[in-house]
Amino acid sequence: MNPTYQHPTERGYYGQFGGAFIPEMLYPNVEELRDNYLTIFADPEFQREYQQLLRDYVGRPTPLFEAKRLSEKYNTRIFLKREDLCHTGAHKINNTVGQILLAKRLGKTRIIAETGAGQHGVATATVCALMGMECIVYMGEIDMERQKPNVYRMRLLGAEVRAAMSGSRTLKDATNEAIRDWISNPVDTHYIIGSVVGPHPYPDLVARLQAVISEEMRKQLLEKTGSELPNYVVACVGGGSNAAGAFYHFLEEPSVQLVAVEAAGHGIHSGHSAATSVLGKPGIIHGSRTLLMQDEDGQITEPYSLSAGLDYPGIGPLHAFLAESGRARFISIEDEPALKAVSECSRLEGIIPALETAHALAAIGQLGAGPEEVVVINLSGRGDKDLETYIKYADTIM
Amino acid sequence: MNRIKSAFQKKQKGLLNIYFTAGYPRLHDTVPLLQALATAGADLIEIGMPFSDPLADGPVIQASSTAALHNGMNMRVLFSQLQGIRESVPDTPILLMGYLNPVMQFGVENFCREAAAAGVDGVILPDLPLDDYVQEYQDVFRRHNLRPVFLITPQTAPERIRRIDELTDSFLYLVSGPGTTGGANTQAAGVQDAYFQRIEDMKLRNPRLIGFGIGDKASFQHACRYAEGAIIGSAFIRALDGVEDVPAAAQRFVQSVVA
Repeated sequence: MNPTYQHPTERGYYGQFGGAFIPEMLYPNVEELRDNYLTIFADPEFQREYQQLLRDYVGRPTPLFEAKRLSEKYNTRIFLKREDLCHTGAHKINNTVGQILLAKRLGKTRIIAETGAGQHGVATATVCALMGMECIVYMGEIDMERQKPNVYRMRLLGAEVRAAMSGSRTLKDATNEAIRDWISNPVDTHYIIGSVVGPHPYPDLVARLQAVISEEMRKQLLEKTGSELPNYVVACVGGGSNAAGAFYHFLEEPSVQLVAVEAAGHGIHSGHSAATSVLGKPGIIHGSRTLLMQDEDGQITEPYSLSAGLDYPGIGPLHAFLAESGRARFISIEDEPALKAVSECSRLEGIIPALETAHALAAIGQLGAGPEEVVVINLSGRGDKDLETYIKYADTIM
Repeated sequence: MNRIKSAFQKKQKGLLNIYFTAGYPRLHDTVPLLQALATAGADLIEIGMPFSDPLADGPVIQASSTAALHNGMNMRVLFSQLQGIRESVPDTPILLMGYLNPVMQFGVENFCREAAAAGVDGVILPDLPLDDYVQEYQDVFRRHNLRPVFLITPQTAPERIRRIDELTDSFLYLVSGPGTTGGANTQAAGVQDAYFQRIEDMKLRNPRLIGFGIGDKASFQHACRYAEGAIIGSAFIRALDGVEDVPAAAQRFVQSVVA
């Protein structure tokens, strides 16, 4: 048992990864969060409100579904944790519901967020509508183009979507813009970060809010298999919030193999990839020290994945630590097998997964899981938002 | 004596610190710009080390960094350009400003050694946390006689300002208001002046330079009422836009602020 996986140090370190590398302009905001988040989370009134919203608004607990036909195909026992059935269609809302309550308690009136695939943006716009808060979402110009339905959903929910036009015009640049907005609005604004990235305490804060996923998994597995512990937990990783949530209550259970699946794009070494655990070196991005794709001069390189949610040059510091220590196994999946996994899951189980999630599904064949073994895949989101991409690549998928 | 200290001793009021991005507008403009600024009367010069993802910078400086990287600027090129600079710019303090990641990849010890060898006097790394500076970098900086400069904002708590004042021996960089570099200052003048006054009343040991949103003679003079001087970055970068004779443009700009 190594307690450092679940809890970072006081300064937010998981091993050598984490910390808070932020300009002075953000110091008071981040300090305010750091000083208050644990106390607020522990407050029974906060918990009552949070749990009630998770149940009545988000639709938790989400089912743990035994995927019999996928199981038959891969000759192992596969369960899908149905985060796609959460309100707004992905796990992202677990975090935004918690953070909006946190923001209210901190007296904030304005919310900003970044988004890649748009799922976090939609989840943020949703809770802002629910609470009557002003909402601004930064999104890379390229992501706005490839995730159009989510852009319209955010606008319908009353959020302002601002295009990030710099760099690769994807998630990394949207995050830069959101941080700059926060620098310009330090007093009234809370920044709802969507993944387990950013300066301490965000990685811990977001992991705790997503931990509900693995908490439910344990109870549901006990009911369905007679044991709380599976043999494998598999999740895709961009920044890594769904994986952090799916792993959280298994981090200190060495018998459970944790499998993180990254996007290899056109191939790990093709120059068009987002496989950070392989290509990254320790560096600083968006306020934390983690594994980071960069050139020899420390300039952050532009990642590539067909999937907007995995198109990020870093991973959360917890994941960097899991990779470095060997606690989690990292697998890279290219665009094409991910697309094929979309049709496999759709046709075998009647569930159209998000393109991000499809990367996790595509890794099943590489696990080496035996017939009696239990594999849980975190089905992080649904594929409606990706239909345009699926139509475009119909020849590969069908 | 450290050149930063002498500069503040020599001139106690109205110091002008000009920022420019290394390798912008063209790769080999770094040295001519340094020389022109020193000749024109800039009291301190800040050289930006371009970074792909600058968090504290606004669009003008970010665009100049992107262009500089495209031109082929990197730390090795910059240090090779600065070799021998003290022959032509003997007294003007030179500071390097940039982000931690490129410095970490270059190696902090290597970075400090090369900077000191080139005659650099101070370093500004806005995303270097104070605690990390004290625990990991302070000794290296001291060994190479490099002075760190830290930022202070209207939200920085008084006890933290005192700690920052203790940790440095150069000047304090007063960020004028909320926002990134080059932004329009949205704070009411009264609020901003009260903040400047509050810092002045703290009677800190280091002199102060006000930066962010200072761009012309009027804003420079206003800032100088509350501090020993001010820093201009984005407005200067804009003045180099599409210019053929870069040193002449630098001369003109400095004159327009201080004449």
